[in-house]
Amino acid sequence: MAQVNQTYASTRRRRAAAVSFRVGTLLALALVVGPALWLVLGVVVRAVPHWRWNVLTTLSQGTSGGLANAVVGTLVLMAGVAVIAGTIGVLTGIHLAELATSSRSGALARGAIDILAGFPSIVLGYVGYIALCVGLRWGFSLLAALLILSLMVVPYIAKSTESALRQVPTNYREGAEALGMSSGYALRRVVLRSALPGIVTGLLIALSVAGGETAPLLYTAGATNNLPTFSLLHQPVAYLTYYVWTDYNQPSDAAHYVSYDAALILVVLVLAMLAIARIIVARTQRHSETSR
Amino acid sequence: MASWIPIGGLIVVLVILVIKAWPAIIVNGVGFLKNSDWLPGNTYGAVVHTHGVAHPSGSNYGAWPLIAGTLETSIIAVVIALPLAVGAAFALTERMPAWLARPLGFLVEILAGLPSVVIGLWGVLEVGPFLAHHVYPLVADHVPNVGPLRYLKGPVGYGEGLLTSGLILGLMIVPIIASTTRDLFLQVPALPKEGAEALGLTEAEVARRVTIPWVRSGIIGATVLGLGRALGETMAVAMISGSVLGKVSPTIYGTMTTIAATIVSQLDSAATDGTGFAIATLAEAGLILAVIALGVNLVARTIVSRSGRLAAPVGRG
Repeated sequence: MAQVNQTYASTRRRRAAAVSFRVGTLLALALVVGPALWLVLGVVVRAVPHWRWNVLTTLSQGTSGGLANAVVGTLVLMAGVAVIAGTIGVLTGIHLAELATSSRSGALARGAIDILAGFPSIVLGYVGYIALCVGLRWGFSLLAALLILSLMVVPYIAKSTESALRQVPTNYREGAEALGMSSGYALRRVVLRSALPGIVTGLLIALSVAGGETAPLLYTAGATNNLPTFSLLHQPVAYLTYYVWTDYNQPSDAAHYVSYDAALILVVLVLAMLAIARIIVARTQRHSETSR
Repeated sequence: MASWIPIGGLIVVLVILVIKAWPAIIVNGVGFLKNSDWLPGNTYGAVVHTHGVAHPSGSNYGAWPLIAGTLETSIIAVVIALPLAVGAAFALTERMPAWLARPLGFLVEILAGLPSVVIGLWGVLEVGPFLAHHVYPLVADHVPNVGPLRYLKGPVGYGEGLLTSGLILGLMIVPIIASTTRDLFLQVPALPKEGAEALGLTEAEVARRVTIPWVRSGIIGATVLGLGRALGETMAVAMISGSVLGKVSPTIYGTMTTIAATIVSQLDSAATDGTGFAIATLAEAGLILAVIALGVNLVARTIVSRSGRLAAPVGRG
């Protein structure tokens, strides 16, 4: 009898554990998704009621006015990062996946990329300020900001490029070789082409990271209420995150509005980039399924 | 050849950091790691020399509160983020219909992509006040006043401080751990799981005895990577911590600051120090942060590479 009771108790305990596990995992998901929704909606609710579209077309006056200079500045920074970090990152990824698969320099580069990916961004910004803005007398400038931002996001691009190239099926390469293509030609026409969606997705995510950065920019890009100029040196560049950071605790409502508007534009920008990346991934998956 | 650029960039950054920090390392000495003062001295007054390095008279720097604040917020963040991330990854991969799992997964992804300054804005304007009014008082009033639990008692403040910073950091690193964990769970072959279930194990027991052990070291590696991210996070903490220099917070609710937040908020005023000593001291703080982050990164790499060898490739069921 005691034996039966014990078994029964343990069954009940197991059932309770199973239910609490199910509830616990759903609760954990709710505690992640809930704040994420609160965060996005919180920014929308703060910015939308007083939103005026001319924010996008008028220049900032610091704690009031529009954000045209910051929007253009952020886009210029993202474009510059796409060129500099895109080139270095994609080439590094190709090198790691195709040429340095098991060499010593490949291992070294992978280590450096992992360390850079986890490197505190404010320390990179600090070094940029000391070495480029002060040391080389560039002042707050586009080039200093671009170099530091690029150094920061190259690891993302290199890693996603490497893994996209590794996922290209081996029989593509074998087929290209069987057709007598040189390895360089096969890389360009066959391998890179089928890895392109993965590479572009990584690039988009890296750009959204670059567009949302603040710490490495504060002391390299500086601050200005003017539109970006075409000079690489000695001219500060405006960017959206700066206005979120400086205006949220200013005493005037106008300043708060500038801060919330900048936050809203940043959220929309990031959502757009992530959505595009998603669409690219979904498209290519559908294609690969039909082609099989 | 392009892969030499990241290597070169990293080396240049580290060399500049050490060169810039060197005068501060000489003057501040070992005491920098345990003192609590953060006194720039009289930057418009007399210049004195210690060990041949010029610095303003009365300057005295100690980084202990910053180091402690960095470690405390990051530990809170990991303690919060690990169960949430693993639980959420479970909920998303096991037995959730795709039409629901996909948008919820996208929300988690969004959390990873939002700028930290926006998360800081939300944290300081909405989360901090909410927690300080509705949650912290409940905890502080009902926790028994014994032993280490006293850390949870005392004035709860206005929502800017150690606990709020740690919680927000935790939310920020959840996507890092959750996305890795989700991918790992999807790689666990169905056969052992189905076998365990056929033997009568409940869902919870399958998770505890099959799924999690299968991918444990991968989860640990992702957690340590998240820890590295939390250690170096700047803007959110600079906005939420209260940015109070000079002392370690006596309770979990108190205002404080971290190394990264101090560098971003003090560099402006440090540039007014004509001797350059304040800048050098910030470089030394940055060097300490970089060393901590490098250490964490090496640990994560070791764990992940070991897990890569150990993960037994079993064909799909």
